Amino acid sequence: MARVVVDVMLKPEILDPQGQAVANALPRLGVTDVSSVRIGRRIEIDFAGEPDLDRAREIADKLLANPVIEDFDIRVVADAAEVA
Amino acid sequence: MRIGVVTFPGSLDDGDAARAARIAGAEAVRLWHGDPDLHGVDAVVLPGGFSYGDYLRCGAIARFAPVMESIIDAARGGLPVLGICNGFQVLCEAHLLPGALTRNQHLHFRNRDQWLKVESTNTAWTNNFTGGQEILIPVKNGEGCYVADAKTLDALEAEGRVIARYVRGNPNGSQRDIAGITNEAGNVVGIMPHPEHAVEALTGPSLDGLGFFTSVLRALAGATAGGQLAGGQQ
Repeated sequence: MARVVVDVMLKPEILDPQGQAVANALPRLGVTDVSSVRIGRRIEIDFAGEPDLDRAREIADKLLANPVIEDFDIRVVADAAEVA
Repeated sequence: MRIGVVTFPGSLDDGDAARAARIAGAEAVRLWHGDPDLHGVDAVVLPGGFSYGDYLRCGAIARFAPVMESIIDAARGGLPVLGICNGFQVLCEAHLLPGALTRNQHLHFRNRDQWLKVESTNTAWTNNFTGGQEILIPVKNGEGCYVADAKTLDALEAEGRVIARYVRGNPNGSQRDIAGITNEAGNVVGIMPHPEHAVEALTGPSLDGLGFFTSVLRALAGATAGGQLAGGQQ
C-alpha cells in the first residue's frame, strides 16, 4: 500500500483551548509534570499506485490544513508494519 | 431585487435567511450547493448551520461546492455576498475574507442575544446603519473565535474593515472583539451573529437584523441608478 501521512497542527501562536482543557484534566489522573498539551490531526492518504508526495502536499495545502491557522507535515510511510 | 440563499447539506438557517430577505422587500431565491447556476440573483447569503457536518474544519468542504465556485468568481466581480456564522467560516475558507474562525476560547457553545457596535457603514450590507450604532442580535456558535495575525488585524482596523464588534461581553474570545469584517471592496461581509433571527418582534430580540438586508437593497438600487457594481466606495 502507498500511504502518505499528513500531520496537521495549529500554529504555535494560535490558542488551543482543546489542548488546554486536556492539560487541565491531567492532574485528576495524578499527572502533575506536564506543562502543555496541544492537539492536532493525523490524516492517512492511501494512493492506488505509487505515493505521490507533491499531490499529497497540494491536498494538504488546499483542503486538509488551513494555512492561516495551521501547519502541516507530510511523509510517506514506508514501513509495512506502520501501515498495518 | 433577487437575493439568493444557499442551502448546503447541514445548513440550518437558510429558511430564516430567505424569510428575512422577503421581509426586507426582496425576492428570495433558493440556491442549491450542487448547482453552479446562480439563477441571476443580485446578491447572495451564505447561511448559518453545519455545512457538510463541519467535518475537517467548519466551512472547509463547503468551500469546494459547485455553487461556491460561481459565488467566488461573482464576489470577485462585485456581487454582494453576506456570510452568516457558518457562512462567515465558508468565506474565510474560500479566502474571500482574511483570518479564520476557531473553537470558542472557553470551549462552550454560546447561544444568547448579543449587543454589537456597528463600525463600518460603507459596505453593501451595512450602509443602512449609522456608525457606532449598537444593535442586538442573537449569537449562537461553537467555533466563532475570530483569529488573524497581528498584521492582518491592524490592516483591517486601519482600512475600516471591521464592520461590527461585540460590546457588553465577548461571547467567544474573538481577537479585538471582532464580530464581522468586510473585504477591500466592501461587497463581501462575514458576521458571526445572526441578523436573520432579528427581523420580527415575535421571534427576535429586536428588528436590528433587518438593516443588513435593507442595506443590500439600497446598495443594489444605488448600483442600478449609477450603473456601477455594488461596493463600499460610496
